[in-house]
Amino acid sequence: MQKVAEPLTTTGALREFLHALPGVDEVGATARAAALSTRSIKNEAKAWAIDLAIRMVDLTTLEGMDTPAKVRAMCAKALRPDPTDPTVPSVAAVCVYGDMAAIARASVGAALHVAAVATAFPSGRASLEVKLHDVRDAVAAGADEIDMVIDRGAFLAGNYGLVNEQIVAVKAACGTAHLKVILETGELRTLDNVRRASWLAMMAGADFIKTSTGKVPVAATPPVAIVMLQAVRDYYALTGTRIGVKPAGGIRTSKDAIKYLVLIKETAGEAWLTPDLFRFGASTLLNDLLMQRQRMAIGHYSGPDYVTID
Amino acid sequence: MNDRVEVRKTYKLFIGGAFPRSESGRTYEVHDTDDKFLANAAKASRKDGRDAVLAARKGFGAWSSATAYNRGQVLYRVAEVMEGRRDQFIADVRAAEGLGDKKSARVVDTAIDRLVWYAGWADKYAQVLGNTNPVAGPYFNFSIPEPTGVVAAIAPQNSSLLGLVSVIAPIIVTGNVVIVVASTLRPIPAITLTEVVATSDVPSGVINVLTGDPAEIAPWLASHGDVNAIDLTGVTSAELAKNLEVEAAGTVKRIRRPAQPNWLATPDLGHLRSFVETKTVWHPLGA
Repeated sequence: MQKVAEPLTTTGALREFLHALPGVDEVGATARAAALSTRSIKNEAKAWAIDLAIRMVDLTTLEGMDTPAKVRAMCAKALRPDPTDPTVPSVAAVCVYGDMAAIARASVGAALHVAAVATAFPSGRASLEVKLHDVRDAVAAGADEIDMVIDRGAFLAGNYGLVNEQIVAVKAACGTAHLKVILETGELRTLDNVRRASWLAMMAGADFIKTSTGKVPVAATPPVAIVMLQAVRDYYALTGTRIGVKPAGGIRTSKDAIKYLVLIKETAGEAWLTPDLFRFGASTLLNDLLMQRQRMAIGHYSGPDYVTID
Repeated sequence: MNDRVEVRKTYKLFIGGAFPRSESGRTYEVHDTDDKFLANAAKASRKDGRDAVLAARKGFGAWSSATAYNRGQVLYRVAEVMEGRRDQFIADVRAAEGLGDKKSARVVDTAIDRLVWYAGWADKYAQVLGNTNPVAGPYFNFSIPEPTGVVAAIAPQNSSLLGLVSVIAPIIVTGNVVIVVASTLRPIPAITLTEVVATSDVPSGVINVLTGDPAEIAPWLASHGDVNAIDLTGVTSAELAKNLEVEAAGTVKRIRRPAQPNWLATPDLGHLRSFVETKTVWHPLGA
């Protein structure tokens, strides 16, 4: 992999770099992901992993029917996921639409991060001016993390320069807020594209790369996470900067979450096992983590009657 | 015919409308009453029990909100398909219970009739168990039976088909879903029944059948927070039954532990009544 001397901005230069990245062994990545299901995790490690996974959750509500009360209720849950057990840690952040950012910030205070999706989420089909306004709006309302979507149409058409330019502009509009770049891997079709989009986003200034919006049928999958974790590892080797990874959508069980934790450790390294560099974008995962935690505490299986309905 | 390769059977579990192997990978041998090898059956683990609870909970919503008329039709359909496989059931029961041809046929016919009997109750039990209550005020007051939810059942150990059907039917006819642990030594009729259930309009997750040792699986079902009731009909050990009741009390489950009935006799509504909850509603007159 060649050293990047200066920022690549033109479509031609980006294409030259991105298409020189080694191809992904799709069969190998799938087999590697499948092998995870056969692991047995011992109880002590599981308890540790569940608490870590809870601390990594971006508790999310991204529905057209979100109300201020629903956002406030979710924030209360984010701060104290299990009201019956004070030893349960808070989650990392709450993730809402931009217009709910102010309500979320007022609810969680400085205790948690507030992530807002912006840039015409989830399709990203709007002019750059509209997208930037969306970002500034969310930051002004108190969001300290911005989840932007890339222009998949431009990416698939090979217009890497445009995608790069938009990420750079959004990063500038974020100010001090962290920028998470959503690649929407379900629409990128191939793992080679996932690798290219990851590098493109990282070089353009992303603090985090995120798999999906959760709004298309194919969301986060372990093979995709493997490719993205390899990308952040290689980027760190090249530049000394650690970029975070956030799989989102489709992660519903503690077992899935623990698989991802194993992947992080074995692909990117233990340095990424922190909420600063890895997050789960999820709404239902937290309940399953709580049920598993309850099971370990009380010795029998818990059920959905013992956690909140979101 | 002599040079035909023997078809050896290793049966699987029935969870959520699918036939998975036991998560543990274990199987055990099933013999007939003369100790002749019949087939291998899956030996379910507690994890299979938990998977079954998840599948059952998933199936509960649609099944409990289906119309009573529809549930009756589905049960009747199961009886229809059983009737079509009557000979197979008779052979299974004969091998499992060591009965003669005539007795086996009578048992199978009674099992089919029992399904029809319960199918008929689907849209009628609410009129019998529910009520309009007299009150001294400008209100209607009525009580309606509603399904309890996810029911775990231990099927009778001896009556491998008739007993099983007599346990399952009253549970599901009211809109409950069931996880049933089949007779340990005589699971084949239950396995054949799963093949009937899978092809007779019963939505996935409504009937889940585990084969194996109740002493291993039942305690996890009894203590499980997402199981609402437990039917201990097939528990023969008083010690185990007591332990299961204690476990079940931890999450305030409904428990049924009947004396071993004569399965050939026509039942009453007692079994059905055990797994319904009575909801009483006040409704203002003229509103």
